[in-house]
Amino acid sequence: MIATVARKKQGRLSAALDHASGDKRFKILEAHMKKLQFRQDALIEMLHKAQELFGCLEDDLLLFVASKLKLPPSRVYGVATFYHFFTLKPQGRHTCVVCMGTACYVKGADKILAAIEEQTKIKPGETTPDNQVSLLTARCIGACGIAPAVVYDSVVTPRQTAGAAVDQIRKWGQHDS
Amino acid sequence: MIHNDLLQIKARELAGRKKITLRCCMAAGCMSSGARSVKEQLDKAVAEAGLQDQVEVRGVGCMKLCCEGPLVQADPQNALYIKVTPENAPSLVAALQGGKTGVAQTDPDAAFFKRQLFIVLANSGVIDPERIESYIAADGYEALHEVLNEMAPKDVVAVMVQSGLRGRGGAGFPTGLKWGTVAKSPGAKKYVICNADEGDPGAFMDRSVLESDPHCVLEGMAIAAYAVGADQGFIYVRAEYPLAISRLQIAIKQAKQMGLLGASIFESPFSFNVDLRIGAGAFVCGEETALMASVEGKRGTPRPRPPFPAESGLWGSPTLINNVETFANVPPIYRRGAEWFAGIGAGKSKGTKVFALAGKIKNTGLIEVPMGTPLSAIVEEMGGGAPNGGQIKAVQTGGPSGGCIPARHLDTPVDYESLGKLGSIMGSGGMIVMDDQTNMVEIARFFMEFCMDESCGKCAPCRAGTVQMHHLLDKIIRRQATASDLAKLEELCDMVKNTSLCGLGQTAPNPTLSTLRFFRHEYEELLQADFAGPPGSGDLNHQRAPAAT
Repeated sequence: MIATVARKKQGRLSAALDHASGDKRFKILEAHMKKLQFRQDALIEMLHKAQELFGCLEDDLLLFVASKLKLPPSRVYGVATFYHFFTLKPQGRHTCVVCMGTACYVKGADKILAAIEEQTKIKPGETTPDNQVSLLTARCIGACGIAPAVVYDSVVTPRQTAGAAVDQIRKWGQHDS
Repeated sequence: MIHNDLLQIKARELAGRKKITLRCCMAAGCMSSGARSVKEQLDKAVAEAGLQDQVEVRGVGCMKLCCEGPLVQADPQNALYIKVTPENAPSLVAALQGGKTGVAQTDPDAAFFKRQLFIVLANSGVIDPERIESYIAADGYEALHEVLNEMAPKDVVAVMVQSGLRGRGGAGFPTGLKWGTVAKSPGAKKYVICNADEGDPGAFMDRSVLESDPHCVLEGMAIAAYAVGADQGFIYVRAEYPLAISRLQIAIKQAKQMGLLGASIFESPFSFNVDLRIGAGAFVCGEETALMASVEGKRGTPRPRPPFPAESGLWGSPTLINNVETFANVPPIYRRGAEWFAGIGAGKSKGTKVFALAGKIKNTGLIEVPMGTPLSAIVEEMGGGAPNGGQIKAVQTGGPSGGCIPARHLDTPVDYESLGKLGSIMGSGGMIVMDDQTNMVEIARFFMEFCMDESCGKCAPCRAGTVQMHHLLDKIIRRQATASDLAKLEELCDMVKNTSLCGLGQTAPNPTLSTLRFFRHEYEELLQADFAGPPGSGDLNHQRAPAAT
């Protein structure tokens, strides 16, 4: 029984490594790891790089990182799931991050979020079924002086209203169709 | 690099200054309002007018009045232009030669600026954060040179003790005492960590300092490292601050190239390296033991103290952890002396404090005031009061760990003790103003939801307690709670506060407790009479009653 489990695990890892051999991005990731001398304490840096390259951290990728750093997969998975910044699911083509910091909140970020939820029919952390828009919330992006702020595809936009946010999301839909 | 090189760089930089400078704010707030293209257009307009020899367009850090950005300041004209657009550029350049411009201005001598006293932010909005020469021209790295050449580590600690600086991360622990403890701890390897994990929602002081004056923080860290005997430093920055990260990377690279970081700095035996560690979005990592776990590449969960990091920290070695603003205070203290610093402030709180003023207030932005300034001076004089004729109801300090101070206590001076007495904390410096339209129970629920989500789950009081408190607050807002629920909430607050493992849990009930203390009527107005809730409202006694009869 134990032997089977071990073999199964082995199988998954070698499948992940096989998969890795055909993809350039794994080479870039490995070069980055080499630059950091495969140091186990730089795991979070490497996961940042991996997410930057692949968009999200899928199981294969986590196994790859674990084997290269000689860390147990449980440890890598544990770290990847602990931090909010890492996502295990692929994101949509566009991302919309509504800042829910205190300053944005007292200036009506909750109403902006509600309007976007109504327009896209998704909740924060979800992606629309057509894979166009991912809706996220942030704890605070530090743009409190220009609250309420929304980040559309990594562009911080100041003084948003529910109407402006819905317009922006509608615009994304039109450009892509 | 020797001292002479430093002086030469400074002389060259000052000699290269032009007659007129146009300073453009390039911090995150103004950048998101299009400051980069404003600067590009100004550069172009200056070139077109043939004024390259007379006018310097300088990208600088935060110019403080964030709500009016993008900001451009012309010197020596002393004109501060607000809400500048790229199209305004030619007319601004024309105005330098006596022409007229339609661009709105604000008074650079208004109360918002006049009541400020700059120590930490002295270079912010003045120097170019991406050029080390600009920092050196403002006497940068002079303090490090003096410390390395003329002082023994124990004298460096003594000066810090004398200055009376207290940690700016929130708790206000005396910095000199912390340095002394780390210096005395035995160990061949020691570390210095700069806590730049500014997770408190509504606070952006650390981001602004890192974006505006990164070298000041590096210099402060190097002085601290010399004092405690460390040779390796880490800066732990939030991933949400991409601009701060890139400016830090530039600053570290430049300092290394000039020999101000690395081996034998200023030809002394002292070596010091700094590495960046990027956070990944976990509020609990602002807690020092959790932060160290995260630097080691692990899940950011706190551990019990003692042992304190000063004795056993990163990889079991003695570790000094200070906040960004604390380190930014260090170079000025050694440049101008401990007596000068100790002469500013009030009571046991010395120096200044940077606040991020935001929320329902006219002037939002960054302010630095001497400790002991009354809240009313900050909110009413500097902030300009509530916009659109509203009434200020409360001021929230300390984020999810702090409390709400009601308007009737606005005469309170800002120092560690006075804010503590009101059930709030100084915190890292977020100051959110709330007006009469803000529902305080909803604010309490907002912060509780935050703590509930951010609880790391290691200890039960915080993991389960925050969920239950959030549930009760939610029930109150839905008008389904009774007086016994309110009593239960207070009991839970007390329990979580006293039994949680780390600061997150211990302070999570603060916003609820302080709103209960000052705005209890708002809670009571939402309560149902006991046993009168609608059927199935979740009250156990209510549901059991029919079965028993």
